[in-house]
Amino acid sequence: MSAFNAIGENVERDRNEYTPGLEPQPTWCPGCGDFGVLKALKGAAAELGLSPEEMLVVTGIGCSGKLNSYFDSYGFHTIHGRSLPIARAAKLANPGLTVVAAGGDGDGYGIGGNHFMHSARENHDMTYIVFNNEIFGLTKGQTSPTSPMGHKSKTQPHGSAKQPLRPLSMSLNAGASYVARTAAVNPNQAKDIIVEAIEHDGFSHIDFLTQCPTWNKDAKQYVPYIDINDSEDYDIDVSDRKSASDLMYETENALNEGTVLTGRYYHDEDRPSYQQEKQNIGEMPEEPLAERYFDEDYEWERSYDMFLDKHK
Amino acid sequence: MTDDELIWRIAGGSGDGIASTSQNFAKALMRSGLHVFTHRHYPSRIRGGHTYTEIRASADPVKSRGDGYNFLLALGDSFARNPQENAYYGNEEVKPLSENLDELREGGVIVYDSGLLDTSEIEDFDERVEENNWHVYDIDLRTMAREHGREVMRNTAGVGVTCAIAGIDTEWIEDLMRDAMPEKILDPNLEILEAAHEMVREEYDVDAPDISVPEGEHDEEQVLLSGSDAIAYGALDEGCRFIAGYPMTPWTEVFTIMSQNLPEVGGISEQVEDEIAAAALAIGASHAGTKAMSGSSGGGFALMSEPLGLAEMTETPVVLVEAMRAGPSTGMPTKPEQGDLEHVLYTSQGDSHRVVFAPSDAAEAYRQTRKAFQIAYEYQIPSIVLYDQKNGGELRNVPASVFDEEPNGDIGSVISEEDLADAPHDPSGKYNRFQYEGENGVSQRSIPGQKGGRYLATGNEHMPAGHIAEDPDNRVYQVNRRMEKLEAIRAELDEGDVPNNTHYGPDEAEYGIMTFGSQQGTVEEAVDRLNDDGHSVKAFGVSEMAPYPVEQVSEFLESVDECLVVEMNASAQFRGLTQKEIGKYGEKLSSLLKYNGNPFEPDEITEGFVKSIVEGEELPTHETKFVPAASD
Repeated sequence: MSAFNAIGENVERDRNEYTPGLEPQPTWCPGCGDFGVLKALKGAAAELGLSPEEMLVVTGIGCSGKLNSYFDSYGFHTIHGRSLPIARAAKLANPGLTVVAAGGDGDGYGIGGNHFMHSARENHDMTYIVFNNEIFGLTKGQTSPTSPMGHKSKTQPHGSAKQPLRPLSMSLNAGASYVARTAAVNPNQAKDIIVEAIEHDGFSHIDFLTQCPTWNKDAKQYVPYIDINDSEDYDIDVSDRKSASDLMYETENALNEGTVLTGRYYHDEDRPSYQQEKQNIGEMPEEPLAERYFDEDYEWERSYDMFLDKHK
Repeated sequence: MTDDELIWRIAGGSGDGIASTSQNFAKALMRSGLHVFTHRHYPSRIRGGHTYTEIRASADPVKSRGDGYNFLLALGDSFARNPQENAYYGNEEVKPLSENLDELREGGVIVYDSGLLDTSEIEDFDERVEENNWHVYDIDLRTMAREHGREVMRNTAGVGVTCAIAGIDTEWIEDLMRDAMPEKILDPNLEILEAAHEMVREEYDVDAPDISVPEGEHDEEQVLLSGSDAIAYGALDEGCRFIAGYPMTPWTEVFTIMSQNLPEVGGISEQVEDEIAAAALAIGASHAGTKAMSGSSGGGFALMSEPLGLAEMTETPVVLVEAMRAGPSTGMPTKPEQGDLEHVLYTSQGDSHRVVFAPSDAAEAYRQTRKAFQIAYEYQIPSIVLYDQKNGGELRNVPASVFDEEPNGDIGSVISEEDLADAPHDPSGKYNRFQYEGENGVSQRSIPGQKGGRYLATGNEHMPAGHIAEDPDNRVYQVNRRMEKLEAIRAELDEGDVPNNTHYGPDEAEYGIMTFGSQQGTVEEAVDRLNDDGHSVKAFGVSEMAPYPVEQVSEFLESVDECLVVEMNASAQFRGLTQKEIGKYGEKLSSLLKYNGNPFEPDEITEGFVKSIVEGEELPTHETKFVPAASD
């Protein structure tokens, strides 16, 4: 018998079930793209029939970090850049959980970049949503890792001399097995992509363009957007790395020139998740580890019986 | 050094197999009925560089490395750099012999490999031999090893020679080699051992030195292990089944032992991208309902500061271990020091609340690691086990019965799904996981996946169900509740059946010596010698660094006229902690410090005590430093 009966309940859900009664109204600025993520996530969770209590939403610091304040589930609002290692371990401890990590472009591609690279490389079975507004919002408008070259801010008064980071290319090269870009202005595509990302057995990375009307007024509102999977102008095979890589490069360049390309870029359905790989080499139990601590009949091993002989 | 003990030092280059040879030799002596204690000295270098291991063996229990040594086996450094005239490192090849002469006692034995070492390269070698009445055996161990096997087996030849001179029955060594060595190399090693033993007995005068191995008998079964082994076994016996880490000397030992053993008990080990991730993974695994740990040494632990604070604020149980080495910065990676005490006590921002244990030896390391888990999971607070390169790495015999304890998989203050149904929730249905009222400040946590238990864990200040809030009243309630846990923990520790802090020596003694962590055994040996010499001294070894045992230490300090605080750092951190926590007795507390990369020897403490406290004189060398009391 499981100690975690919210897992696998599989009942019909309404998207409003994920709205916390005590704090239903987010404090994001009017017109903020973050509302789009919240709406899409609620829609995706409802479509998948997920119980709020089988979901763990782990966030970093920033406007994006408030996601789990406004999405009613188990939540862990961590520290700047560290949502991924915490989320990863929770999934290893209890693979039954649906784990979603989220943060901003500064959080995920800047301070937490190392964790992003390694989480993608290891292919943990989880979804990572990066709210990419090309700016630091909560700290009032500093240049971020994805700000375009020449972007002026209080901390870069003469404009950024740095090329923006290429999130999609980086993700693919690091090893993510599902990579997509969506935009807050396109909630239906966003919801569908989140559904696919959660269903995917591996590390799903969604670069989610979230316009910041307050601190990044110069930036495009990410309209009009083009869905590369629907458009006749673009030809992509999402199972092919080369095809994905080429279009990602083009997409990243295009954004700087004002053209917003979105959609699914890469989906490797064959690569086993990290959990599976670890179980294959005998370094992860088949039964969720967390269950063991609630099993009153479990006979805990003793070092005295198992490991002491070699010291005699 | 007493007449009834052997202190054997095997010296060579890093990579010459000093560690494995000495470990086997120590175990053989333990099996023969002796008490053994090893001390490792090795450089932070890939290959080569002077390294040695010392094994002290006696019929009586041994608590420290002792003073100096009486038997040197110098193998020569087969990975030495070529001697060049102006290089600061000089002739490295002879260092296993030349660098070890200063501490060799009068009348001691030198066995050296004449196949690799040339004593004419060592200044005044013959004069020093004569002055100190050393017995020198120049034996071509290399050739002997080549004849029967391979050159790397010259260690075994050296052990054979040692047995012949010290009168050790080679059967103990042979048994051990049969247990430890794969068949392919076993036979040549056995041959070499026998040949070396025979040759020396026949061709050399083995009776000349007044050194022989004592005879002893254990009254119960013993195991040979290190503090790192004991920490790992303590964690495993507390049901810890998740570890995350990043390699760093000397913490790597605990991480390695856990990683090798966890798969056998259905646990998970994760080697990750950095120490920030390592601590964060342990927190994530604990949050999701497992018993988890991480750890590092100074620099890596510095990276854990922010996750540590997150664990405190979210009241996520976690155990971290910190293996100190000489700092600051990269410092001396393979050398022991106790300079991270303040680092682990105070790192991370805000009003922090954590528990810190500093065990002295393997038995304490096992018990206190277990206690660290119990406190962490019962009180939802990070616990830290603070040790160092010395007690982490030194092998010594410990009664096997120390580990014959019941395992404990209890995950502490966690609410069940059944109880969640009737537990207080906020109006939106979130569980009030951070309630104001709780026994000892503890509010039971729920685990993701439990029905009716959802809440928000956050590093921000928060309301009972986790909502981020800056309301002043809520802030005060939450801070007070988190701090309240510390007082409850202090009370629990004070009432413990097995004390973590150790009194030693006569109750009514005039003087006191205080220490913490790994120096305790050495202090105890010094206390015995001082009392034998007519002084009146007792010791108090403290393991509870936080919460600090204010009452116990106050009682001890009240009972003595003066107290010398012995610690392995330059800034008297433990003495400073004591004064901060107690706020008086400053006039009684002086310090004896050592920070040259080597742990104290007992005579350095006896001499430090006699010169500084009793005679009021300067210390004779700069190896240790005396810092007088505030009033002096």
